[in-house]
Amino acid sequence: MYTYSQEHKKYLKRKRKDKWIIISCQILILIFFLLLWEVAAHYQWINTFLSSSPSLIVKTFSSLLANNDLFTHIGVTLYETVVSFGIATILGLIISILLWWCPRIAKIADPYLTVLNSLPKVALGPLIIIWVGASTNSIIFMALLISIFVSIMNIYHDFVETDRHYIILLKSLGAKKRDIFFKAVLPANISNIINNLKINISMAFIGVIMGELLVSKKGLGYLIMYGSQVFNINLVISSVFILGILSFSFYYLICLLEKIIQKKNC
Amino acid sequence: MKKIILTLSHLKKNYQEDSGETKAIEDISLEVEEGKFISIVGPSGCGKSTLLSILANLEVASGGTYTFEKPSVRIAYMLQKDSLFPWRTILDNCLLGLELRNELTEENRNYVLHLLKTYGLADFIDKYPNSLSGGMRQRVALIRTLAIHPDILLLDEPFSALDAMTRVALAEDVYNMIKKEGKTVLMVTHDIGEAVSLSDKIVVLTKRPSTVKKIYDIHLTGKSTPIKNRKCKEFSEYYDAIWRDLDVHI
Repeated sequence: MYTYSQEHKKYLKRKRKDKWIIISCQILILIFFLLLWEVAAHYQWINTFLSSSPSLIVKTFSSLLANNDLFTHIGVTLYETVVSFGIATILGLIISILLWWCPRIAKIADPYLTVLNSLPKVALGPLIIIWVGASTNSIIFMALLISIFVSIMNIYHDFVETDRHYIILLKSLGAKKRDIFFKAVLPANISNIINNLKINISMAFIGVIMGELLVSKKGLGYLIMYGSQVFNINLVISSVFILGILSFSFYYLICLLEKIIQKKNC
Repeated sequence: MKKIILTLSHLKKNYQEDSGETKAIEDISLEVEEGKFISIVGPSGCGKSTLLSILANLEVASGGTYTFEKPSVRIAYMLQKDSLFPWRTILDNCLLGLELRNELTEENRNYVLHLLKTYGLADFIDKYPNSLSGGMRQRVALIRTLAIHPDILLLDEPFSALDAMTRVALAEDVYNMIKKEGKTVLMVTHDIGEAVSLSDKIVVLTKRPSTVKKIYDIHLTGKSTPIKNRKCKEFSEYYDAIWRDLDVHI
């Protein structure tokens, strides 16, 4: 359909080259860092008892894999994260819609939401354990508390900030409140809602790990806690690595979802 | 035989705020004839736009009445900002009003398609608004307003967000579209030239709180389309007279 000029081909080539350089640099930095770490450990410039080393981490991995425990721990953390993320997202959305729908309720709830949002939820940890019990549920509840208020405040704020010209237009065409929400407020805020998912997922991870550190018998947070108590730094760092990979994967999945929706919409 | 389709009688509007009351409209009485193009001009902030939002049922008048000859009158309101929804295609944007009124029939849909094709937007039916120029976007906005078969069109400075050249060209287009579809128009503008070249009647308002200062019936010799109307000999007379009425001081 289109024929590209020589100049355009050059432009594309330059762009590809640029992308390639960036990716290879990113990989090189990682390799360099791991090598440096390994060499430093090998020549005992650093104490492996305190700072571990890549090869020790790999060894820890394989032994964890061998006795099948690793996937149980990952599974527990994933389950808690996904459940609290899901509940926080859906409940957050529903409450934001309610607040948008009834401005009076929003005004009444405002000081309470502000206090609950600014309160460090970690402080509630011990209370939650006493009330809900030392179980997976209290971890989910904690993670939920951490993410839901931020979620409500953000989404509600975005809803209220919807371009008022859209709303005037709809009203002049005889729209009801329901029409205004579904035809303008919701579609105008899809990308904001997805952005909020990104915040929610990291909040859910923070909450779950915090909960697992406080009370748990399984999960990556438990492994970290257990590792530090028995001074097994290899275990601690391995768990942190896995956690990093997990949270990155979730973030990436949400970005993928964002791209799919954007493509569909323009 | 002229037919009055809208009568405003001693319309009044005050805005209530914590700091007090602002009088926007003191007393406006007006009759709107079917099929006529009427412009309302006045100093900035004189409550011209307020008048339209009252008629469009977006605001409530503080006093006086306005009556439409038809009880089930269809009013369409077009603003300075096109407010096309970026997530809807051009066609879907134009169908918005019909969707809200549950009138998305095959016939209405074809009418919208016909309008889009007639007014040079055939290639953009399935495109999104971000691929359109400012003038085209405003044309889409007008088709969106025409889609609901309005009896009366309220235009609130529809061209003022555009650059000077697009503005004159679009005014020409819009005028032709509206005349062809035989609609009654009430337009608010601060551009005297625009008002004189487009209108059958011009209502000049005083500054806030506004009342009707003067009403001009525009008679141009050899009246045709807006751009040509600007060359009529009476054009500058009307222009000067209205300019004096507005009494602009900087």
